[in-house]
Amino acid sequence: MKEPQIIVIGNGMVGYKFCEKLRSKTSSFNLIVFGEEPRRAYDRVHLSEYFNGKTADDLSLSTENWYQEQNITLYLNNPVTKIDRELQKVYTANGFDYSYDILVFATGSGAFVPNIPGIEKDGVFVYRTIEDLDLISGYAKRAKTASVIGGGLLGLEAAKALIDLGIEKTSIIEFAPRLMPRQIDAAGSDMLKSKLADLGLQIHLNKNTTSIEGDGHITALKFSDDTALDVDMLVISAGIKPRDELAKACGIEVGPRGGIVVDEKMQTNDPAVFAIGECALYDGMIYGLIAPGYEMAEVLAANLCEADKAFTGFDMSTKLKLIGIDVASFGDNFITEPDCRTIIFENKHKGVYKRINVSNDGQYLLGGILIGDATAYNLLLQTSNNRIVLPENPEELILGARGGSEPAGGTGITGLPDSALICSCEGVSKGDICSVVADGSCENIDDLKKCTKAGTGCGGCLPMVKDLMTYTLKSQGKYIKNVICEHFNYSRQELFDLIHIHELKSYDEVLDALGKNDGCEVCKPLVSSLLASLWNEMILKKGNDVAQDSNDRFLANIQKGGSYSVVPRVPGGEITPDKLIVIGEVAKKYNLYTKITGGQRIDMFGAHLNDLPIIWEELIAAGFESGHAYGKGLRTVKSCVGSTWCRFGLHDSVSFAIRIEERYRGIRAPHKFKSAVSGCIRECAEAQSKDFGIIATEKGWNLYVCGNGGSKPQHALLLATDLDSETCIRYIDRFLMFYIRTADPLTRTATWLNKMEGGIDYLRNVIISDSLGMAAQWENEIENLIASYKCEWKEAVENPAIRKRFSHFVNAPEDKDPSIEFVEMRGQKRTAEWKTV
Amino acid sequence: MNEQSNWLAACRVEDAIENGGVCVKQGEDQIALFYFTRRNEWYATQNECPHKKQMALSRGMIGSTTDEPKVACPFHKKTFSLSTGECLSGDECAIKTYPVKIENGTVYIGTTPKS
Repeated sequence: MKEPQIIVIGNGMVGYKFCEKLRSKTSSFNLIVFGEEPRRAYDRVHLSEYFNGKTADDLSLSTENWYQEQNITLYLNNPVTKIDRELQKVYTANGFDYSYDILVFATGSGAFVPNIPGIEKDGVFVYRTIEDLDLISGYAKRAKTASVIGGGLLGLEAAKALIDLGIEKTSIIEFAPRLMPRQIDAAGSDMLKSKLADLGLQIHLNKNTTSIEGDGHITALKFSDDTALDVDMLVISAGIKPRDELAKACGIEVGPRGGIVVDEKMQTNDPAVFAIGECALYDGMIYGLIAPGYEMAEVLAANLCEADKAFTGFDMSTKLKLIGIDVASFGDNFITEPDCRTIIFENKHKGVYKRINVSNDGQYLLGGILIGDATAYNLLLQTSNNRIVLPENPEELILGARGGSEPAGGTGITGLPDSALICSCEGVSKGDICSVVADGSCENIDDLKKCTKAGTGCGGCLPMVKDLMTYTLKSQGKYIKNVICEHFNYSRQELFDLIHIHELKSYDEVLDALGKNDGCEVCKPLVSSLLASLWNEMILKKGNDVAQDSNDRFLANIQKGGSYSVVPRVPGGEITPDKLIVIGEVAKKYNLYTKITGGQRIDMFGAHLNDLPIIWEELIAAGFESGHAYGKGLRTVKSCVGSTWCRFGLHDSVSFAIRIEERYRGIRAPHKFKSAVSGCIRECAEAQSKDFGIIATEKGWNLYVCGNGGSKPQHALLLATDLDSETCIRYIDRFLMFYIRTADPLTRTATWLNKMEGGIDYLRNVIISDSLGMAAQWENEIENLIASYKCEWKEAVENPAIRKRFSHFVNAPEDKDPSIEFVEMRGQKRTAEWKTV
Repeated sequence: MNEQSNWLAACRVEDAIENGGVCVKQGEDQIALFYFTRRNEWYATQNECPHKKQMALSRGMIGSTTDEPKVACPFHKKTFSLSTGECLSGDECAIKTYPVKIENGTVYIGTTPKS
């Protein structure tokens, strides 16, 4: 018997998801898809990333072969133009007709374009498809000022895109008295507005655009309050309009303000015709978000496979990052007193606004709004959706518990019912996640993503998914020992001691003696780091080169495209004019891009693997050595100029920085570490943001430890005051060895201290009062490391066996990698973008 | 497995890197050759990592998960099976794998992919 034929009109995100869902359930049905755009369905939610280097292919939801593999016929660039419901046929732009048994509208929506005089002028765009983005970026090259009409979610995205395109002055025009009127209230809008203004965006609220001025192309906007604004281009983002014109033309019922009317089975008034996604009107509402669209696709696909599912509306809660600012709303976000109790927290200085609406009996969370900090979003959403009884002081939900304890009551993940929806994109519940962890089928996050699809959509739920996994493992009494990987049943600290006791010197020896099987990319660099911390032998000898992480293996930092960067050590940031000239000459000779780093030295980018030894040779000849920018070890010791030049300087901070940098250079640790020395309390070297930092006082040096910049900045804490130079160095010796011996893999000093019981007081006791009785041994160990220091670059270029490995092709050692591409930028080269297929 | 008609003489056994990879030039193409000494096995795959299209797999660390031999791309640590080419971390495309044979101390790569 012939398979029934389904025709899907539209190849957007929801149309694609419908195909995926249907094919995961059944291989029956002939499935034909017509798309109007020239490319396969792509991720429209992350469209603005197209301007940040993502390509159309990166955004694509499927591979080229996917449709074929799934036995789906896909016609792109071929819109359906007419439907005959009597004959059950669709007619397409290229003149063919196709019969259907079931017809699915997944036509989505277009941009709503208000009827403003002058809207047809050049320089006026909508923001909807990749083609729109191409047109916008082409025109933006000539534009200095731009406006966006519409201060909703998409309008703000469009404004961000214009900023990314380098438009100097971008403004947003909104008709309503506030931004994002569907999601946030007036106070939230004020907060968002001031944060956006800080980023250089002008916001005009209560503005009704009456005409678009200009001779052929746009030059200005005029408003109903008789004001005007000069602009070179305009992006309209005033809302969406369901694409219902085909349905309307063939007599399918549509709503008075657009949208194909469907019931809870996604069925239209013609039993053979269905609609899903943003073109569908359910219960008088268009669902303009991706998660409900996916849910509609699931409902229809399931029902076509004889299941009995219904769409019953959808939670329109959202969390997003707009131009780096968190914005979230959930549940009943606009309900006000006296229908509820409202709790508001506002910090204008930090740009944070949080509002929660609590039921009058104080029992339940009804909804809320978060601006500037949405870390609590997932938990608040779950608390609200699952009607979890609130703790006595519900304000702790947005303020955090004071006094250091966790909020009381069942508000954490443990309090959630199994039915709680954790991943709304893929519809995965807490029960789904916990059960696959509990039955042993998933023990890590990758398995869990593959198995349940949780976290594979927008990714916003991932932190909670991870917490659920850990919680389930723990609750089963599984002892979560910090073992390194499947090859070593030890923690890093245990392995450190075992390698020491057994005097093992190479990765293979360690694996034979203490591990099993073949090793992997987790244990190899870890063991290599331990070997280096213990014995300080050249890291590429004894077959250890293949056990080093990418950068350590070639003593340089691999960059996008496959070239390397080279950073010679410049201790304390002090460098002679002659050495500066050498760096310039080397960079010119090997065509390298140069940039000053944050650590007061110079990075040379774009070196071919083959050229590294010869570049190093020239640098070494001029008195340079490796800067270990590639290693988990000491990076730089930054300094201010101190008492040698500065009228405020108390001591010679440069000399002390050089002494320290030369003392600890090349020592490998669990992670990179940085230092700085400031010559007075003005702290120009920023020592308090370093793993260890030193600041001059009237009487000596203050020593700070365990700070870092990076993604989670943390100030260093004061360990000891008014030290003389020798004592200061002794304390640093002990501190570093304690860290090297006891920290978990890839843990910076700040995180190490955060996990340490007793914190800084305990650390002070260990370092200064020698409470563990280890000080003498540690000082001895670090002296051995310092004494055995050699420049790795020098050893590599002088050892023929090692040097031979610095070529790209084994069968053409002179040839460089021809796939590396550079482009010109501001008179230097830069690497080409990630390549597409 | 396909019948191999074309065997590329890639290098001498002693030029290959023990428990690591080298890159072999084949016309405009690049093939990663791995000498998994620990298991006494040879593997060859495409050199390009499909994740970001980088010519890098030959510089990756090799190892195993359960008993599956694998390579980790140096860029973002995506891992691929050396025997089947399947991506073991996430949803990247599989990589091509090629047969390898050793004759008289020379390593040959069959240039018709296995997969």
